[in-house]
Amino acid sequence: MKVHEYQAKEILARFGVAIPRGEVVTTPEGARAVAANLGGKVVVKAQVHAGGRGKAGGVKLANGPDEASDVASRILGMRLVSKQTGPEGKIVHKVLVEEALGIARELYLGVVLDRATGLPVLMASKFGGMEIEEVAAEHPEAILKEHFGPLAGLQAYQARKLGFALDLSGDTFKKFVKFVTALARAYNESDATLAEINPLLITTDGDVLALDAKMNFDDNAIARHPDIGAMRDLDEEDPLEVEASKFDLNYIKLDGTIGCMVNGAGLAMATMDIIKHAGGAPANFLDVGGGASQERVENAFRILLSDKSVKAVLINIFGGIVRCDMIASGVVAAARNLAVKVPIVVRLEGTNVEEGRRILAESGLKLQPADGMADAAAKVVAASEPGFTPGERGGAGGRGGGRVVGGPPAPRKEK
Amino acid sequence: MAIWLDSSTRVVVQGLTGKEGQFHAAKCREYGTKIVAGMTPGKGGTSVDGVPVFNTVADARAATGCTASLIFVPPLAAADAILEAADAGIELIVCITEGIPARDEVIVQHARAKGARLIGPNCPGIISPGKAKLGIMPAHIHKEGSVGVVSRSGTLTYEAVDQLTKLGLGQSTCVGIGGDPVPGTSFVDVLTAFSVDPQTEAVVMIGEIGGSAEEEAAAYVKANMKKPVVAFIAGQTAPPGRRMGHAGAIISGGKGTAAEKIGALEAAGIAVAVSPAEIGITMARALGRA
Repeated sequence: MKVHEYQAKEILARFGVAIPRGEVVTTPEGARAVAANLGGKVVVKAQVHAGGRGKAGGVKLANGPDEASDVASRILGMRLVSKQTGPEGKIVHKVLVEEALGIARELYLGVVLDRATGLPVLMASKFGGMEIEEVAAEHPEAILKEHFGPLAGLQAYQARKLGFALDLSGDTFKKFVKFVTALARAYNESDATLAEINPLLITTDGDVLALDAKMNFDDNAIARHPDIGAMRDLDEEDPLEVEASKFDLNYIKLDGTIGCMVNGAGLAMATMDIIKHAGGAPANFLDVGGGASQERVENAFRILLSDKSVKAVLINIFGGIVRCDMIASGVVAAARNLAVKVPIVVRLEGTNVEEGRRILAESGLKLQPADGMADAAAKVVAASEPGFTPGERGGAGGRGGGRVVGGPPAPRKEK
Repeated sequence: MAIWLDSSTRVVVQGLTGKEGQFHAAKCREYGTKIVAGMTPGKGGTSVDGVPVFNTVADARAATGCTASLIFVPPLAAADAILEAADAGIELIVCITEGIPARDEVIVQHARAKGARLIGPNCPGIISPGKAKLGIMPAHIHKEGSVGVVSRSGTLTYEAVDQLTKLGLGQSTCVGIGGDPVPGTSFVDVLTAFSVDPQTEAVVMIGEIGGSAEEEAAAYVKANMKKPVVAFIAGQTAPPGRRMGHAGAIISGGKGTAAEKIGALEAAGIAVAVSPAEIGITMARALGRA
């Protein structure tokens, strides 16, 4: 789960991480009041779940209350487009108004789980403001790393080691050690998957503060942190994904035309892959899970069909514990109840498959059965094309029957 | 021979009294697995389908001599269940539970010091066809034979096994290592066991986006493995920065893409199936049987 910068700072502050003075507001008048209260120069920062806000015009300096109000009126409601938001951008509903501080140095601090060692790792570098991936590519030697145990936490000597390596001294050094220790504790105790301070600000007065902060949390642990769970901002999520999450369905909207409903995450990804190989593009990732009941199947169907770009649907179920006859009944009921207009290709395999196929065949619905994943992909891609009439064209069937257009798809670039 | 699990393995089921535990334990017994005990705190002295239930794993072990555990407990209690099993001296722990917080899994790694092998969490388990199964996979698609299977996925593994069986290629042992970011058993652990297992002639490895476990496996295969290895990587079309169902299936910071993994595997001489429909046939070709 993602939270806004102001929420991340609020959580970090509870653990003793130093943050600038400031407040989040939703109106220009609010920004004026906060600026007046803070006194002097302020920074007005758009609050959206995406990086690259500065370059996108979402972060502005203001000289006093009037300018703060003026700047806030321009940022609030704007469609912020950065390389992380995608071309559709994100509407700004809130701004954080903070005191502007004198910058002496900008550093980087980040905590993530290192999957290779299975331990959290704290990373630090002198290149504050730069993305850590860029630093890793250009100056890999400049990234300092300290792993720590989840029980013992980051030790003071580890924090000191980083402080010395970053050439800090005196009071600033002491403040840094406190800051880093608090950050590691915040990561651990709030079940975060990311706690990133970029940049970490060393002020002209020698103070150490989180100028920006980003935290992500483990969805599997949110139940332990109801206060963090309450910070979820549905405005920042795709409405269909929000709807799917109500039914515990794993749904991710993509930009293709073929809706997919699959049981199991690995098979769901593989189904997306084979659609691409057959020359189509998946409209979504959807894992109905191992315990797919008729009700789940129906909800899944409804959600994937509410995506207007879906031109055909592929249902790919490998019945293990889930029985194919039960899935087939669910599909038939859902297709009837929802009066589905688009072509549906169904591939069933596994437990009770014969019975499942019989139910589909006798349903009277225009469901196209498929034999194997390649056949299913070929059929659904054909069905998704304009001018398709069921029965006229179908997959070639059997192995290698897919209309393989070109080679494997090029990996999409990181946004 | 198979690896880690055979028909003599004696098993305790943690969470036997729950709906899932009871259902799957019965299926495992039908297959020939020796389920000798159940464990649910507070239900000691009762029994499920004739299997005695104990309050602690230590009690179960003392009374029945079980050496393996199959875990079906809710996510927030799973780390505790794993630690209890390890502490009681259980050698093989299979945790099916999905949705365990990553921080708990990190703690579980520390418990490895006890010398237990943990398979999972968030996995279908392990099956040595014709001998025993410790997990939730449909037994009937399997066939005893010489291909080892290791995978981060559940149903995609069934898909691969089904393709192998239909081509007449039986399996020695199939291990689902699970879809979480920090699995108890890695690809390398399983490959190492397969490389010395006399029954295993070749290995199918099914990876997916996220992390670097496939790259580590590629390096291991290149340096150590004499038996043919065939692979498939799911998520070639997955967008970056999104968790694809499994907690561990995420491309973050541009790392963990399918393209990187496929590149590493191919560079290690591993035949990678480009389509998930061709996992079986790719293995048949590697064995010269197609």
